[in-house]
Amino acid sequence: MSTLTDPPNEGFRLSMLINDTRYRSLTFQVIAAIVLALCIWYLGNNLIQNLRAAGLNISYSFLGDSAGYDINQRLVEYDSQSSHARAALVGVLNTLLVAFLACITATVFGVVAGVLRLSNNWLVSKLMAVYVEIFRNIPVLIWIIIIFTIMTAVLPGPREFRGDDPSASMLFDAFAFTNRGIYTPLPWFQNGIFESTAMNWLLILAGFALSWGVVHQINVWASRKQEATGVRPKTLLPVLAAWLVPFLALTMIMGLTWEYPELKGFNFTGGIKVGGPLIALWFALSIYTGAFIAENVRAGIQAVSKGQTEAAAALGLRPRRVMNLVVLPQALRVIIPPLISQFLNITKNSSLAIAVGYADITATLGGITLNQTGRAIECVLLLMLFYLTASLVISMVMNVYNASVKLKER
Amino acid sequence: MKKTVFLGALTVAGLAAGAAAAGTLDDVKARGKLNCGVTTGLVGFAAPNANGEWEGFDVAVCRAVAAAVLGDSTAVEFVPTTGKTRFTALASGEIDLLARNTTWTFSRDVDLKFEFVGVNYYDGQGFMVPKELGVSSAKELDGATVCIQTGTTTELNLADFFRSNNISYEPVPIETNAEAQQQYLAGSCDVYTTDASGLAATRATFDDPSGHVILPEIISKEPLGPLVRHGDHEWGDVVRWSLMALIAAEELGITSANISEMAAGTDNPEINRLLGSEGTLGEMLGLEADWAQKAVAAGGNYGEIFAKNIGEDTPVGLARGLNAQWTEGGLLYAPPFR
Repeated sequence: MSTLTDPPNEGFRLSMLINDTRYRSLTFQVIAAIVLALCIWYLGNNLIQNLRAAGLNISYSFLGDSAGYDINQRLVEYDSQSSHARAALVGVLNTLLVAFLACITATVFGVVAGVLRLSNNWLVSKLMAVYVEIFRNIPVLIWIIIIFTIMTAVLPGPREFRGDDPSASMLFDAFAFTNRGIYTPLPWFQNGIFESTAMNWLLILAGFALSWGVVHQINVWASRKQEATGVRPKTLLPVLAAWLVPFLALTMIMGLTWEYPELKGFNFTGGIKVGGPLIALWFALSIYTGAFIAENVRAGIQAVSKGQTEAAAALGLRPRRVMNLVVLPQALRVIIPPLISQFLNITKNSSLAIAVGYADITATLGGITLNQTGRAIECVLLLMLFYLTASLVISMVMNVYNASVKLKER
Repeated sequence: MKKTVFLGALTVAGLAAGAAAAGTLDDVKARGKLNCGVTTGLVGFAAPNANGEWEGFDVAVCRAVAAAVLGDSTAVEFVPTTGKTRFTALASGEIDLLARNTTWTFSRDVDLKFEFVGVNYYDGQGFMVPKELGVSSAKELDGATVCIQTGTTTELNLADFFRSNNISYEPVPIETNAEAQQQYLAGSCDVYTTDASGLAATRATFDDPSGHVILPEIISKEPLGPLVRHGDHEWGDVVRWSLMALIAAEELGITSANISEMAAGTDNPEINRLLGSEGTLGEMLGLEADWAQKAVAAGGNYGEIFAKNIGEDTPVGLARGLNAQWTEGGLLYAPPFR
């Protein structure tokens, strides 16, 4: 005869916090959290106390004061009488510009190199292996400096374009490659429809949007025709026309002309100047991060089972279409998450800009402003806030994209 | 670099408060070594020589202070600082003394909480251009690309000068003098601007110094001097009077050659007080009686230091100019030792 009894209902004892597996992990997590909080409190308190002892205080009022220094690359209106906050904004835009450009080119370099590294051609795949190993194993700061130094040493200075028999000359009389940057012609509208240049360019963009819509319609029509008759009509001419006609018409109406760079005084004036520091930083970041992305791409492609490639080949697809239609779409799922990290790395590595005199946020707010005002803690906190925000936004956008390409499980 | 600024910012006050309480003088004595902040390398002012020993005009100040406090002019740890890191290094207590051709300005003295103990070089900002450009005045520099060391007063002076003359320019901010020199020589900037003494020092290292001219305009006042943390007045006094001892020694005719002879006692009471054979000046500072004797013996008096490092017979080739003794029409004037 047996009786079933409930297990003895023991009360909660303190020793159970350590001995009972139900509570143990919780106990340690609470302890860790308390220690962490104490550390942070200690550092913060130390800072505040000592600042007070030294007679200093945390104040952001310096941001409204006039900055007093000039910046060479400005995407918004700025002069030495503008405020420190304005200087920081100029720096933020410069950081975002180089990060954006570098993310795009690094992706292009990375995808090309990653795909080619898997090529069956021995020479091509080995060349790509050399590229990856050289570029990712040397610190990016060194690359930035090497590229900048080569640029300044190899390209001619503006003064060499001068004289009756100059040692350097402009390409097509329109492009000047100097050691201070590259000067290209600037397009502008003689009789624009709107007052502001930006609005005119928006109009051109709208023209392109229209073209895109028409091209899409042509493709839909062609696909329908193909399904009905089995023959895809030739659409090259209409597509070309759809792209070119609105653009050409708009530029004709608005009178597109080019302003050519011209040697005046010490420098070229007119046209668009892409500064040497920007080029060096942009190129170095792209080629360095491109090597990492190439490895991500290779990993992604190799993660797609060989059977997929073989099945696609058995269906009669050519190798290029196998890659574009079968392998890459599946590989993207593996490639995107590490790609996000690479984009974040580019943004953060762009803070090395000061090495070549590029005026990014670290150089303006974290460099000159910090120095001239002596507000180190305030400036560094602002910098941290900026990079944190920028990184979080990038990873948010990329995560949304990742969600759209990942394997849909139904 | 970046890390230094950041860590420096975090530890700024941690150490500053501790240092203020303990007293830098006692710290230095206990450590047996003076931590002295200098440039990362500017020939004539502070640069390591072929044997790796630091030498130069600013270095001599460090050595004189070390000799006065510790009795040994080699007991110095030289900490190279850039224009950007120097103030953080001093405020955080990483260095006891900053002798890095730093301009004495109101905001640095008052707002950044430092104490300039004196002026060891009266300077002004100038411009250097290649001779072939044919420029004879800074006002002809409209549209020029200008290389400039970032984190210095020159950056602000430059903006003011071009604005007040209503001409345009393009700044190229550069971290160190060596990089600026490279950029300037490669022709990626037309003009290099910094303190006139620095320009002369930089030009001295060129292959062809005569191919470059320093324009006549001096656009700012740049009194350069050593500085210490605000609030530790005992230490400030030690550094101030070590510098003054060098200046006074020149005025009084004390040189490294005759100092041991003069230290035995002379009929000039001021020399006797300075060198410690009379009075208790050393004791008042908390140092040995022969502190000034050791400071001067370390590298000679101000004039000797000047002549050896940046004078007319050196590659830097600077004239005394404003930096002559007041008795010879200059601005150097040491308060009386009594």
